[in-house]
Amino acid sequence: MSFFEKLGFKREEKLKEGLEKSREGLLGKLSKAVMGKDTIDDEVLDELEEVLITSDVGVKTTLEIIKRIEARVSRDKYVSASQLQNMLREEIIALLRDNDTDKPAEFDAILANKPHVVMIVGVNGVGKTTTIGKLGNLYKLAGKNVLLGAADTFRAAAVQQLRIWSERAGVPIIQQGQGADPAAVAYDTVAAAKSRGADVVLIDTAGRLHNKLALMDELTKIKRVMGKIVEGAPHEVLLVLDASTGQNAMQQAKAFTSAVEITGLALTKLDGTAKGGIVIGISNELQVPVKYIGVGEKIEDLQIFDRAGFVNALFEGKKG
Amino acid sequence: MFDDLSSKLQSAFKSISGQAKITEINIAETVREIRRALLDADVNYDVAREITRRVKEEAESSDVLNSVSPGQQFTKIVYDELVRVLGGQQEEIRFANVPPTVILIAGLQGSGKTTFAAKLAKYLKEQKHVPMLAAADVYRPAAIDQLKTLASQIGVPVYSIEEKDALKVAKGALAEARKQACDVLIIDTAGRLHVDAEMMNEVSEIKKAVNPNEILFVVDSMTGQDAVNTAREFNQRLDFDGVVMTKLDGDTRGGAALSIRTVVDKPIKFVGTGEKMDAISPFYPDRMAQRILGMGDVVSLVEKAQKEFDEDEARIMQAKIRTDKFNLDDFYNQLQQVKKLGSMQDIVGMIPGMNNALKGVEIEDDALKPIEAIISSMTPDEKETPLIINASRKRRIAKGSGTSVRDVNDLLRQFEQMKKMMKTMTKMNKMGRAVQGLKNMYAQKKP
Ligand SMILES: Nc1nc2c(ncn2[C@@H]2O[C@H](COP(=O)(O)OP(=O)(O)OP(=O)(O)O)[C@@H](O)[C@H]2O)c(=O)[nH]1
Ligand SMILES: Nc1nc2c(ncn2[C@@H]2O[C@H](COP(=O)(O)OP(=O)(O)OP(=O)(O)O)[C@@H](O)[C@H]2O)c(=O)[nH]1
Ligand SMILES: [Mg+2]
Ligand SMILES: [Mg+2]
Repeated sequence: MSFFEKLGFKREEKLKEGLEKSREGLLGKLSKAVMGKDTIDDEVLDELEEVLITSDVGVKTTLEIIKRIEARVSRDKYVSASQLQNMLREEIIALLRDNDTDKPAEFDAILANKPHVVMIVGVNGVGKTTTIGKLGNLYKLAGKNVLLGAADTFRAAAVQQLRIWSERAGVPIIQQGQGADPAAVAYDTVAAAKSRGADVVLIDTAGRLHNKLALMDELTKIKRVMGKIVEGAPHEVLLVLDASTGQNAMQQAKAFTSAVEITGLALTKLDGTAKGGIVIGISNELQVPVKYIGVGEKIEDLQIFDRAGFVNALFEGKKG
Repeated sequence: MFDDLSSKLQSAFKSISGQAKITEINIAETVREIRRALLDADVNYDVAREITRRVKEEAESSDVLNSVSPGQQFTKIVYDELVRVLGGQQEEIRFANVPPTVILIAGLQGSGKTTFAAKLAKYLKEQKHVPMLAAADVYRPAAIDQLKTLASQIGVPVYSIEEKDALKVAKGALAEARKQACDVLIIDTAGRLHVDAEMMNEVSEIKKAVNPNEILFVVDSMTGQDAVNTAREFNQRLDFDGVVMTKLDGDTRGGAALSIRTVVDKPIKFVGTGEKMDAISPFYPDRMAQRILGMGDVVSLVEKAQKEFDEDEARIMQAKIRTDKFNLDDFYNQLQQVKKLGSMQDIVGMIPGMNNALKGVEIEDDALKPIEAIISSMTPDEKETPLIINASRKRRIAKGSGTSVRDVNDLLRQFEQMKKMMKTMTKMNKMGRAVQGLKNMYAQKKP
């Protein structure tokens, strides 16, 4: 029986308090509901549904997770609360794709290519430029020679913004003026990196909504020209997603994948109350790993993605 | 209408057609579909539940079950409910009795505040106001540069200071606006999280210091479930006057609008529909409701078209279409009009479902060139009465336009089809179909 059929509307009475109530930890609740049964109480499933949906996991992925949990409970029976908790963690973690070994997230890892070229893409305002500043800093601290490329030549003061980040991180930047051809900037940056012997190149691009086909074509072109100088470049294409974005992030991921084949995700603004649950479905469906998370506006506010930590945060209950 | 949801509802009811009476179960199933559609559109979990509850009540008390097309009836109930929640009257900026009117812009990081502040300045300037912008984001790298760049594009002065003190900027700007006799002061502030106590204090302090006539909360329309939390917190802190939804030129369903309207009783006043300075428009609840239900932004497209198209010309054109006098010359002129709307890709992108349909089909802006060339190579008689174009004329036209006879044939056939189609077009989806017609025209050209 599908979950939504089960759901019914018996919880309607709780509506009034609904908007104001604060969520108690789900994992705690699980304990009273599972012992000695081969099904999970509707109440717990409802609660689970609420947690997942309000974390932007989305209906489809939520149903998938619940289906998996139900299947396991009916097979294993008599699970204890702590077993159920682990099951839930495991099932969600299983949906989050592992990092590729040839694209290590660790900054001190040895990179197969020199320069290792990373292109950063995403819709407007998600945190691309800031993420580049943070990545540049961490690579540099790990002893790498970094070069930034200011290929957002469109947005007002985008170049100045990246320039300030390059100063903060103490890494050089290749730039041209506002309105310059972004592909030319990307090309020049990779060429400069090659001749200077840089280890890592980070290319900033202008924010663009994924339904603007002309802008997506431009991105494909920016990507293509880099490969003309360094074989296989860009070696990574990072899609930056804002944790507060809802289901539209899936469309974003699909469109950017078809334009530039994204290889990893960076999830920003996790220092707020948004949980960024949509990355579970994206990571599963498109088979791309989440590599980094942004947790603030300062240069040190970037972490390597940790699947267990992320899943725990989903169930932590409301902050604040 | 309502492609997405209504087709689902239609089929929900179809599955039980033949049965004598539509039962409670069918209602429950339908309501579940609605709920899922709302959640897929990013309407907040609790808000979606509240809305479906009301829809269910309404459906049960009304005669929906006995109507001929319960699916459509249901859709209408949902639609009306959404429009109601999204707000009735369109609301604009409230101006101060004694200028300057102070407008404070606030919101999360990257939501589009700076861009909107500049757009609003331009919008008001066009209404004969004399605006000034204040750069009170003293944190984000190059924030002041960004505002200055935009302001210089639109010819509006910016007040900024060296010192990193937002409160001081706001106060100084107010004094300066008075001095320069600007009647509107728009204060751009740094992005901040609702859970950042220090930053929330800062913006409260700014509010206290300059006593704004209007505080606008700027939200990214792609926001998901968290919209309720941020809107509630900002509202508690600032008691803002209105909401701005940005980036609606994307394909997000924009359920956040509904969530926000539910948790804070404040009108949505403006929407942002692009990065350019004129991409700002008032908020229309009906369009937003349609969008949330999966209709796409056809109306905006039509409106954009109406703004660009010469109205008289359009009327003449319509008359010609009705009376079958629409010829290739008129068609040529229409193409020029369509081109004024912007890049073909962008126009087509605004039509629901088109993006997917168009996957892999490249629409270059010069895709219209061969069509134009063919028409230009025709004699006035040929344009007037395409029927006279026989084989030898076709060869001549193909040669003159650097195309092939096949291209000429394609164009003529498509033109006839389009003529037929245009005749049946309603006012509502006129543009959509016209563009669809155009799309067919060169989609066929590519292998
Ligand atoms: N709280 C928080 N803010 C962030 C984070 N990452 C970026 N920001 C802020 O989000 C805003 C937008 O960041 P940018 O780096 O300019 O975003 P972008 O994607 O480059 O934007 P465009 O180039 O305009 O498309 C800025 O105010 C950043 O300080 C994060 O992890 N947490
Ligand atoms: N497509 C589109 N992009 C927009 C719209 N409004 C703003 N943007 C873009 O979104 C990005 C962020 O806009 P900003 O105006 O810098 O946002 P902000 O809220 O001032 O950001 P912070 O000051 O960093 O908090 C930029 O790339 C803008 O060009 C819109 O309506 N449509
Ligand atoms: Mg940027
Ligand atoms: Mg700003």
